[in-house]
Formats: sequence, C-alpha cells, structure tokens
Amino acid sequence: MRRATAAVLRKELRLELRTPQSVPAMALFSITTFVVFHFALQRSDISGDLASGVLWVTLLLGAMLGIARLFVADREEGGFDGFLLAPVDRTSLFVAKATALLAYLIAVQIVAVPAFVLLLLGPSPSNVGALIGLLALADLGIAIVGTLVGALAIQSRARDLLVPLIALPLLIPVLICAAKGTTPLLTDGGAHAVAARWPLTIALYDLVFGLVAYAVFDYLLED
Amino acid sequence: MYGKRLRALSIATAISIVTAFSLAFFYAPEDADQGFVQKIFYLHVPMAIVALCGFVFGGICAIAHLRTGDRRWDIRSYVAIHMALILGIGVLLTGSIWARAAWGHWWVWDEPTLVSFLIIFLLYACYQPLRFSIEDPEKQARYASVFAITCGAFVPLNFIAVRLAQAYTHPRVLGSTGNLPGPMRLTFLVSLLAMTLLYVTLWKYEMTAKNVHAQLRSLRRKLAPDEALTPGRRSAAPSLPSR
Repeated sequence: MRRATAAVLRKELRLELRTPQSVPAMALFSITTFVVFHFALQRSDISGDLASGVLWVTLLLGAMLGIARLFVADREEGGFDGFLLAPVDRTSLFVAKATALLAYLIAVQIVAVPAFVLLLLGPSPSNVGALIGLLALADLGIAIVGTLVGALAIQSRARDLLVPLIALPLLIPVLICAAKGTTPLLTDGGAHAVAARWPLTIALYDLVFGLVAYAVFDYLLED
Repeated sequence: MYGKRLRALSIATAISIVTAFSLAFFYAPEDADQGFVQKIFYLHVPMAIVALCGFVFGGICAIAHLRTGDRRWDIRSYVAIHMALILGIGVLLTGSIWARAAWGHWWVWDEPTLVSFLIIFLLYACYQPLRFSIEDPEKQARYASVFAITCGAFVPLNFIAVRLAQAYTHPRVLGSTGNLPGPMRLTFLVSLLAMTLLYVTLWKYEMTAKNVHAQLRSLRRKLAPDEALTPGRRSAAPSLPSR
C-alpha cells in the first residue's frame, strides 16, 4: 500500500508541477480575497478576532477551489479506471489524494499567510510556532474532509455547486476552533496563550473524520 | 408488508399527541420565569431530539446498505433523512419563535444547540441535491449512503465544537430532564414519546407508499408488457426495483 500511495502521490505532484493549476489559483484567490476584505471592511489594518476570521474565511474559501479540482483529471482522463485496474488497496488513492491536497494547502499558506500579515494585519504575530501548529492541524482536517467531499461530488453533474455546499458546513467545527485559537495570536499587545481545547478539538475532528473517510472511501470507487 | 399495523400505529400516534398537548396545556405548571411562552418547549425540544436521532438513524441504515448492498436499506436511509429534514424545518421555526418570545430576537447566536442544529440542517439540505445530480441509480444509492454516514458522524462532533465556542451560555432554561420538576418532566417525556411515534408513523407511511408504488408498477408491466412505461417526473427519491 505504501508503494501505491507513493506512486499516486508522485503522479499528483508531478502533474501540479508541470502544469500548475490548483496552487497558483488558490494563492491568487487568497490574495485577491484579502484585497476584497480591505475594501469591504474599509480598514487598512485589522487585529484580534476580526483578523482571525478574515484569515480563516479566506483560507477555507481558497481550499474550496483546490477541493473542486482535486479529482477532475481522474474523472475526465480516465485516472479512476487506471487506478481500479491496478491490483492495489483503494485506500492508497485516498491517502495519496489527501496528502497531495495537504501539500497544496501548505504551499498556498506559505504565500497567503505572509501576504495577510503584510497587507492586513495590524500587530505582528509573535507566537509563530503556535500559529503554524494550528494551521497544520486545520489543514489536515481540511485535506481529509476535502478529499472525501471531492470524491463524493465528482460523479454528480452539479459537482462545482455541491463541493462548497457540502464541505463548508462539514468544516465549520474546524473553522470555529481554528478561528478561536488564532484570535489571541493576532491580538494587540503581544500573544496570549492558546487555550489547549482548540487544538485538541481539531485533532479529535481530524481523527474521527480520518477514520470515517478510511471506512467509506472504498465505496466511492466501485464501478 | 409495510402496511401492517399502520392503522394501530396511526391511532396510537394521534392519541399520544393529543395527550401530550393536553398535558402541556392543562397539567404542566407554567414556568415561573418565562410564563406561557415556555410551553413551546414541549414541541420544540422533542422535535429536535427526534430529528437528530432520525439523521443518525439514516446514517445507520446507510451503513447497513453499504455492508449488505440491499437497496431497501438505502430507501430506509433516504426516508429517515427526508422525515428528519421535515422535522428540522419545524425545529428551526419553533426555535426561532421561542427565541423571539424569550429573548426578543428571532435568532440568537449564543444558543449553541440551535446554532448546531442550523449547521446540521444546512448540511443535510444537500442530501437531496446530491442524489438528484447522480443519474445512475446504483451509484446514487452508494454515494448517498457515504454522505449519510459522514454526516451521521458529524452530528455529535458539531455539537461539541459549537458548545465549546460559547464563552458563556444563556442560563439553560431546562438543560436536561434531571432538573425538571415532576409534572414538567412527565409532560416532556410524553411529548417525546408522541414525537417519536409521529416520526415512526410518517416513516412507515412513506415506506409503504414506496412499496405500493413498486408493486403497482410491476403489476402494470405484467398487464401491458409491450407498452413502454412512461418515465415519471425525475425525482431525487429512490424507488424499489419492481419485480
């Protein structure tokens, strides 16, 4: 299973490196959204819970673009058929896709979060380690749920409509905890400690949905 | 086979609903704090509990469908979620009315249970569009089951997250049945029973209707095998394969 996962993951990353689609689109979308927020909120800098909300809404909406594109090539160019013909565990496709989506999200955030700090954030974030930890935990949840929803919506005629409609409510717990956890890090007057319950709840969410996705993903591939 | 005992069940439901409402209006004492408005509690809370259980029941039926591959489980799951969605609209409406009467606003964000319910409702509102947009019936059933299982697992998690998010909650009027005075608790339990019976009856009615529909279609086909069956209106609802 490990070799199959590595092979599919290599294919995904090579595809994205040769014809970059998702990552540039997501990064550009994130930066554009920051500009939109600047004009919509009519503020030149924001802090505290407002900053945390703007950051997470932008990252979440940017992730929707990546989720909607995740399985398009497999569906249109016969990637699913090729994978089903290979004598490998089907979970490896899920693991590879989720890892690829996680890599895209991290790549986007390497651009988008500094852009956010430069463009909108008033106070400079002091506890960068905690911010990265929260981002990583939330990305894991987004990657797991995103892969599941992407695979669920890909066979339907209305997939571009369904992906955000299903994924956004499913990700609200992640959004709640991530936004609550990030707020003290972006507040004026130095960072406060992050309450342990936010990262723990996101970790619980990641674990539960990881198990659910592991259990049901096979059924999305049978043909 | 689904029609069995439907009449007895309907009568029991009607009686228990009438009993629950009479108890709520004539037996249960008025709430000292909220007065008459609090009576909506006997409608709103049982409805919410039954709707959530209905969503989870739909998920359990979906697990059975994926394990056995039997299409009847998919239909049970569909009907369970369909009925829970209808009750869900009632929950949001009564909750909104209660919030308006008790706190003066049609919607309050710091009532975690209601907010969680709205999120779950929005999620399940995508169930039928998802079904509708997948044409192959077998694939539709499979994908709908995956959706139902994922969302069934989401229901408890969402409650944890939303409840954590409230720095302070409104003083819970009646948090659990434990702190209810006796007559109120009795009324609440009878209301809960009535609502459960209502859900089960509606569920059985829709299952029976689907069954009868499938039987009728197979009888028609036997009577006029050459005649091309006119395809009905496209619908998100699954139907039993006619024998």
